Amino acid sequence: MISQDIMIQMIDVNKWYGNFHVLKEINLTVHKGERIVICGPSGSGKSTLIRCINRLEEHQEGRIIVDGIELTKNLKNIEKIRSEVGMVFQSFNLFPHLTILQNLTFAPIWARRMPRAEAEKIATKHLERVRIPEQADKFPGQLSGGQQQRVAIARALCMNPKIMLFDEPTSALDPEMIKEVLDVMIELANEGITMICVSHEMGFAKTVANRVIFMDGGEIVEENEPNEFFNNPRWDRTQLFLSQIL
Amino acid sequence: MNTPPSWSGSSLLVFKPRPSLPAPRQTVGIIGWLRTNLFNGWFNSLLTVIALGLLWQTVPPLLSWAIFDAVWTGGSDACPPGYEGACWVFIFNKFRVLMVGLYPGDLLWRPMLAGGIFVTLAAVTVLRLMNPGKLIALWFLLPLPFYWLIAGGLGLTAVDQSLWGGLMLSLGLATIGVLISLPLGILLALGRRSNVAIVKSICVGIIEPVRGVPLITILFMASVMMPLFLPVGLNINNLLRVQIGIILFSAAYMAEVVRGGLQAISLGQYDAAKSLGLNYWKTTALIVLPQALRHVIPSLIGRCIALFKDTSLVIIVGLLDFLGMVKASAQDPEWLGHDTEAYVFCALVFWIICFSMSRYGRSLERQKEEE
Repeated sequence: MISQDIMIQMIDVNKWYGNFHVLKEINLTVHKGERIVICGPSGSGKSTLIRCINRLEEHQEGRIIVDGIELTKNLKNIEKIRSEVGMVFQSFNLFPHLTILQNLTFAPIWARRMPRAEAEKIATKHLERVRIPEQADKFPGQLSGGQQQRVAIARALCMNPKIMLFDEPTSALDPEMIKEVLDVMIELANEGITMICVSHEMGFAKTVANRVIFMDGGEIVEENEPNEFFNNPRWDRTQLFLSQIL
Repeated sequence: MNTPPSWSGSSLLVFKPRPSLPAPRQTVGIIGWLRTNLFNGWFNSLLTVIALGLLWQTVPPLLSWAIFDAVWTGGSDACPPGYEGACWVFIFNKFRVLMVGLYPGDLLWRPMLAGGIFVTLAAVTVLRLMNPGKLIALWFLLPLPFYWLIAGGLGLTAVDQSLWGGLMLSLGLATIGVLISLPLGILLALGRRSNVAIVKSICVGIIEPVRGVPLITILFMASVMMPLFLPVGLNINNLLRVQIGIILFSAAYMAEVVRGGLQAISLGQYDAAKSLGLNYWKTTALIVLPQALRHVIPSLIGRCIALFKDTSLVIIVGLLDFLGMVKASAQDPEWLGHDTEAYVFCALVFWIICFSMSRYGRSLERQKEEE
């Protein structure tokens, strides 16, 4: 399923928050259909890295090219990339004043100028895909955490993205709800969408990832296919981290 | 506890719920209410007795002054000096001046028509008979035909602005004040949070000085000093200058209220909107503002009420608004000695309008909570 087409390319990317060096010399190439899980201790720059891909954070040095478009200050390019890259957040970030259906149709209607009827049709399809079509007319506050996160996934899918970014999608969930969200993500992975997922769900990494990346101190320490990564880490830092979370 | 019947071992025990009994008589109904609210302990009972005594002292005289001994019909000779009751005839006689000032009597249908439309639209708003988008559009369109009706021109006899006054002037200043200062305040609040340094400094440079001076100062500046600075030939009339002063003053306060609401929106909302490919203006107009304004409805209504009451300050710069007309009427030599009636009526009208706004604000809040 993985082709040679390059979807994301990060070349010598450096980023600072004020004087704090958060990303150091990041080099990463993601091919179409790849499923990458990024793990590492908190503060290691995982979230910052994926937030740079759709320019929620701005990098200061190096180049980031997404689906052939380079991220620069050009606003048109940024909007174009954002509408091709879906993102799911740790804290869901649904729009609380809109119903579930309105949350899903919002971007297709306002960013893509899609007719309402068509947007609703697509939204209903994705709600069924994440298995909550019956909640369409409720407000986000009336749903459980797991349901909200599945809505957030459906909302991103409605823009028909080529790449999905997940920023710790299950960290804010009760243990019982983690599975329902992971199930949806596994299904997505099996459909061949390019995915980058910041997560500590090592079970998920083993089942779906074709590459696992370990970060510490703003650097990519180690990257490998999951079997090797978990059974045969090359760096002491990786081994220490794995021994603590497994 | 249910007393356990002997258990034979062959079947399950059957649970029978006890019947509900009525609550003790002292805790419910009128007696219960009295006991919990008015006679709950000796101190509370004492307060109740004192309060009842005070009411007994004040309410009957007030009622007899305002209603039973009041004079409801007749002319200026109907209430001789020293008469005990309220002289409502005075208010009836002055009613037209209080409402529209010195507006010419033969053209009275024009402010009456405008007033009728205004009250209708207010009722439609309060009763929610129309969808919000259309209502807002109507409110913003209304000032134009109203101005034409009141001022004349284009086929209607022109009426000079010095003749406008009374409640009509107060409501006009307040309505246009709210309609323009709210959007202006929103823009100022957004500008104050802008990353563009020049936009931010301009907005802070407007908000802070305006908030730092009393409205009276602004009205004086608008009325007396501004003409000195205007280029020769450019002549903005007094009423318009005062209206601009009121709008600026109100916008600065609205801006700070709205800014409070904007600060309550989590950064995640911006992240989510951005990640879906929405630009700044769409995110602001459709995601951020609807939530932010909802948070500050009570304060915004408070600002509207304050603005309406503040219009009574225009008397300082020579405009005869409602309060100005009340004052002028009380000094009419033909009707001397009726200040009390004049100011009671004035207070009553202000209270009715402000209280209605306050209730409407409450109902808006409740509606948003239900969603």
